[in-house]
Amino acid sequence: MLSRVAERVYWLGRYLERAENTARLLTVYSTLLLDLPRGARIGWHTLVEITGSHPEFHEHHQITDERSVIHFLLADSQNSSSILNSLSMARENARTTREIIPSEAWEQINNLYLFARDNVSKSAGRGPRLQLLQQIISYCQLITGLLSGAMSHNSGYNFIRIARSLERADMTTRIVDVGSVTLLPGLTGAGHAEHVPEPYENMVWMSVLRSLSAYQMYRQHVLDRVNGEDVVTFLLQDAQFPRSVVHSLTKLESCLQSLPNNAATLKQLEVTRTLASEANIPELLQNGLLEYIDQLQVEIARVHACIASTWFLPVVSGQQQSA
Amino acid sequence: MRIDWNSYNPGAFYDELISSPGNARNSGRILAGYLASLKSEDLQQRKTAAELAIKAMGISFTVYSEAGNIDREWPFDIIPRIITETQWRQTSKGLEQRLRALNCFIHDIYNDQKILKDKVVPAELIAKSVNFRKECIGMKPRFDVWAHICGTDLIRDTDGRFYVLEDNLRVPSGVSYMLENRQVTKRVFPELFENYDIEPITEYTAQLFDMLAAISPRPLDYPEVVVLTPGIYNSAYFEHSFLAQQMGAELVEGSDLVVENDCVYMRTINGLSRVDVIYRRIDDMFLDPEVFRPDSALGVRGLMRAWLKGNVALANAPGAGVADDKVIYTYVPAMIKYYLGEDAILENVPSYLCVDDKQCEYVLKNLDKLVVKPANESGGYGMLMGPQASKKEREEFALKIKADPRNYMAQPLIGLSTAPVLGERGAEPRHIDLRPFVLQGKGSYVTPGGLTRVAMVKGSYVVNSSQGGGSKDTWIVSDKEGA
Repeated sequence: MLSRVAERVYWLGRYLERAENTARLLTVYSTLLLDLPRGARIGWHTLVEITGSHPEFHEHHQITDERSVIHFLLADSQNSSSILNSLSMARENARTTREIIPSEAWEQINNLYLFARDNVSKSAGRGPRLQLLQQIISYCQLITGLLSGAMSHNSGYNFIRIARSLERADMTTRIVDVGSVTLLPGLTGAGHAEHVPEPYENMVWMSVLRSLSAYQMYRQHVLDRVNGEDVVTFLLQDAQFPRSVVHSLTKLESCLQSLPNNAATLKQLEVTRTLASEANIPELLQNGLLEYIDQLQVEIARVHACIASTWFLPVVSGQQQSA
Repeated sequence: MRIDWNSYNPGAFYDELISSPGNARNSGRILAGYLASLKSEDLQQRKTAAELAIKAMGISFTVYSEAGNIDREWPFDIIPRIITETQWRQTSKGLEQRLRALNCFIHDIYNDQKILKDKVVPAELIAKSVNFRKECIGMKPRFDVWAHICGTDLIRDTDGRFYVLEDNLRVPSGVSYMLENRQVTKRVFPELFENYDIEPITEYTAQLFDMLAAISPRPLDYPEVVVLTPGIYNSAYFEHSFLAQQMGAELVEGSDLVVENDCVYMRTINGLSRVDVIYRRIDDMFLDPEVFRPDSALGVRGLMRAWLKGNVALANAPGAGVADDKVIYTYVPAMIKYYLGEDAILENVPSYLCVDDKQCEYVLKNLDKLVVKPANESGGYGMLMGPQASKKEREEFALKIKADPRNYMAQPLIGLSTAPVLGERGAEPRHIDLRPFVLQGKGSYVTPGGLTRVAMVKGSYVVNSSQGGGSKDTWIVSDKEGA
């Protein structure tokens, strides 16, 4: 397959997964709010930081409140990773690789973008917003299913899966970040230092799990009650849960196996996966979790860099895409 | 929005569906009756369904504007256009014949130039042609075919006969819209397909692929065929992608290809991979910066070397445009006689050549009655519609003609046939033309029907999509139908 096409389907996979994950992230935050006492210390700003887009945010916004953050992450054209922009980029990458993806999948990606574009402005209220986010998530799932069921599991499909796994691993680390930043004593900076009462802590971790559709699987797997240590371990290290970091990276590895010239990327992947699987979570929860997650994200970004230098065109032609 | 054929009046023009107010032609009787039976809501609902289908299928074309490039949905009218099988069979033979003669001509021009030596076509026309490529002299492509894909524009005059308006031999577009129009009609009017035997058109992409595979320079079971596009900002990008997808060929851009040791390769995830046949949708001048425009970023350095050495096939071949010239066009009936020893089955529109002093004088005197066209423009650009132009416009145009007579030819204004288009107040007549697509490799193939283009503005003759034209599905049906 052409290097340029590989690159575009890869970005199709990443943007689609990013849109879905951002929708999940916004859903957790919005539902979490409903459970916490009014005026609780949940910081909307955290959300902007976690998606890595604070410079862009501060360029255009003075106030960090629910309204501006939601708009920024959902619909803002200035935010390259907003859901709407991600969907637009997914569509553009699909449009330029229409010759290799099944036409039903293209039609759905096109529809999803048009649907989101026509509805984001109606999402100011919490009710309609949750509904919209839910619909976007379902649509993404539909497309994932269509691709899996209608596209030959060839190199093109492998690049989509590679992209999805990498984006997923990355986003799971970010969602773990949300939970930790919200809850960990001493980690949230001035003003957020007091310890959260236990029932809320419980709720936050449950929301984190639900955002990744992980609650049920977690309960089946971890018999103990919901607690930070087990949740973080589950999301980072579980071998079977599809959105855990270790599982995503293992899936990625199996896709890499069938590609040519994969040695360098496999090596970097192993470094990343070892970092995830061998981490001592209880210790990190006491000290250094955020730094650890930063480091994990850097290693994930290195996997991307290996993929790009091995299989994509040497000069990025036409479009700039953001990892 | 109900349709009442009694109040539908095409006037003096030949209408494709209605012969006189209230009366449908035989072949269209079922269609006309069916449309008239639909309630206003039904019609509206079908129209909306078509718009939604086009949007969902992402059938689009790109319009260049100051505000940036806009990907616009394809304008489509839901009422199909019907042509009878008997008439089509004859037309189709004429199209095949025409392309065979044109290919003989191009091959002759780049090799022996017999037709010039025999003074059937004046040598000075070639010497001054902007589409003649001296780089191609002596080349002998497989089967001696240069123009593998041709889009011939046909129009129907008030007498109901088809005339050839022009031959597009460079990178003709529109075939994907022809195919997609049929898909949309199937979604919108599935019941009509029960009452008509409509010739299927889906075979085109398979025929195209077989033709391309057959011109491969390497004898392989599965030669590597690619479609070369200028990229996503080209107005026909949708079509390039559509054809690649339908043929299962790679869609490549110039940056994907590289020439090494006079062979063409594409950059893949496995490294370089040899390419045998390139269906190029890039103009000659941008193909190879080494030979043509040095600033071209769309082409591939060394491509011409590879082609001239016979290591890669290009469709259409560079230089094929020498016959796609509105002045050369007037000699096509003579070429048919000269190369094939046959009479032309399809007629040209009567034409006047400005390069001939007498004819030029006639043209200048009758500018208000004529349509004047430059030899090498496409998309309806740069021409003068005499009867509709102002005096000042005609005077300015006369100066252009005098300055460069070789570049102009004129034709009387043909009363293009009309077909009903669904508008706000029911069906209204609009002018249309027809672009069938003709393939030639080892053998020939003509699409049953073609792309019907519609001038959506009342009274207008401009059917080009870049200038607000629309389109219709085109049906070839048995003459018995509706009798």
